[in-house]
Amino acid sequence: MVDTEPVVSLDNVTIEYGRNRALNGVTASFAPGAVGLLGPNGAGKSTMIKSLLGFIAPAQGRMRVLGLDVAESPLDIRARIGYMPETDGHIPGLTAVEFVSFCGQLAGLPPSDATQRAHEVLYYVGLGEARYRKIETYSTGMKQRIKLAQALVHDPDLLFLDEPTNGMDPKGRDEMLELVRDLAHNKGINLILSSHLLPDVEYTCDHVVVMDKGRIAAAGPIQAMKQPRGRVYELRVKPRGELDAFFDHLRAAGLECHSTDDDVVRVFVPGEGGARQLFALASAEGAQVRHLRPSVPTLEDVFAHAVGED
Amino acid sequence: MPIHDQGYRRYGGTRARGRAWLVMLRNGVIGMMGNRRWIVLMIASWIQFVVRAIQFYIAANFSQAAIVAPSAATFRDFFDRQDLFVFLVTITLGAAAIAEDRRTNALQIYLSKPLTRLEYLVGKLSVLMVFLLFITWVPAILLLIVQVLFAGNFTFLKANFYLFPAITLYSLIEVVMVSMCMLALSSLSTSGRFAGILYTALIFFSDALYGVLRAVTGSTRVSWVAFGNNLAQVGDVIFRVPLRYETPWILSLAIVFGLIGIAAWILERRVRAVEIVA
Repeated sequence: MVDTEPVVSLDNVTIEYGRNRALNGVTASFAPGAVGLLGPNGAGKSTMIKSLLGFIAPAQGRMRVLGLDVAESPLDIRARIGYMPETDGHIPGLTAVEFVSFCGQLAGLPPSDATQRAHEVLYYVGLGEARYRKIETYSTGMKQRIKLAQALVHDPDLLFLDEPTNGMDPKGRDEMLELVRDLAHNKGINLILSSHLLPDVEYTCDHVVVMDKGRIAAAGPIQAMKQPRGRVYELRVKPRGELDAFFDHLRAAGLECHSTDDDVVRVFVPGEGGARQLFALASAEGAQVRHLRPSVPTLEDVFAHAVGED
Repeated sequence: MPIHDQGYRRYGGTRARGRAWLVMLRNGVIGMMGNRRWIVLMIASWIQFVVRAIQFYIAANFSQAAIVAPSAATFRDFFDRQDLFVFLVTITLGAAAIAEDRRTNALQIYLSKPLTRLEYLVGKLSVLMVFLLFITWVPAILLLIVQVLFAGNFTFLKANFYLFPAITLYSLIEVVMVSMCMLALSSLSTSGRFAGILYTALIFFSDALYGVLRAVTGSTRVSWVAFGNNLAQVGDVIFRVPLRYETPWILSLAIVFGLIGIAAWILERRVRAVEIVA
């Protein structure tokens, strides 16, 4: 039987830093498996993770992790979770194997088991050859891996990964994402991946929770959220007047336009209108359609739609 | 071969709870014992013990040497002379204890494990206290035992039976006070060196201030302004030797506990996984 109980749930949680509300009445649940916590910088992702760890007490609301109340059982929760922080973090003066073994012992493992698992986990994250080096000598990418290793050594049921690919080169980033994906899909570890990088979430996660300005903007299975409620097109036009004025005209007609890195614009046409509606609008404005191609909706479309980005 | 193909096993063993501070203590002690300069410092801090032991041997075996026979003041003096090593050990071990964890963001690693902030502090304190007790309480108690062994009787011990609790009580007050103050200063910075300088300045500046005030007032009633004088005054009371300052000892004791309280308050505010600037 598939376990569908949420691994994490928040009920009307508000967190304030002085007058600033980092989380504003957030109610959400995180399904088992890999869940992406997506949002622009300052959306409240890291705050949510830190509050789930019991680092920050909410001004109101309740949170549950693995069925335990965060306010009542923070230590029971921390014994069962692993946390990979966003910023560099290590205990100074230790080699990688000493550090990871020490973290395992802090989590309650006997010293011999902690040391054995430290070696195994360091091999798993790709630091086997460098495990006797002091962490201070590690590169940024290696420091990301050691943070994952310390979060894994005690075999947690739930992993919180806060921007795990920060500062990594493309190869290292791909390897990190492979590891995350493997943990979630082959090793049976639930994980919550906080990131502002859509491709990372899309590659590793099954579900996504989109945050914006301290609120939940959208949530659900990624595949379901990507199901079109209309059609998405890549569009390039030569308007009669200003390009922005043309896009304003499209928006006024209920279409969504999102610029991309290329010279095309992704246009979401709701309902059944499709390309015919686009052509009609372009014709009405006297714009020449130079390029029009149907496109598959991406998580980026979902994200942009949820947070209202252009 | 992809990295993850090298495998990851689920753990089926047992997990203990509530002993994280012991893990920190063991790790801290083992870590320092691998440091050659630290070993030299530890050995140096026991030189006085050896000298005192020789003194006790001579006093017990040569009647002409009665002038060096031990008394309660001898043990009080032993602690006074150990102050240099207490200072060095405190600076060496304590200055970086929390500052370095703050610099390397280790606090969020510690506190994401199943241990409380109190357990973290107990772990940090215990490492410092173990080494400080190793150079204060342990040699002082051993000196008592050595005296009995060399004298071949319990006459001195019976006459000064209070020495055992006095040594224990004074050692604890001294070690708790300096450890708490050092850790509190360490928690205020992300640089162990800066925290060490701050602690040194606190001691020497307060001592210099006392020197000036004594010269101005012509009295030792103002001894309480100096960090170490309060401890010395309390120590004299505990060891039942004449007080060295005119300051009421109860005031010195209140300042000692006040410093411990302030240090605890600072630590409570500074040792957090998340630093919130509202």
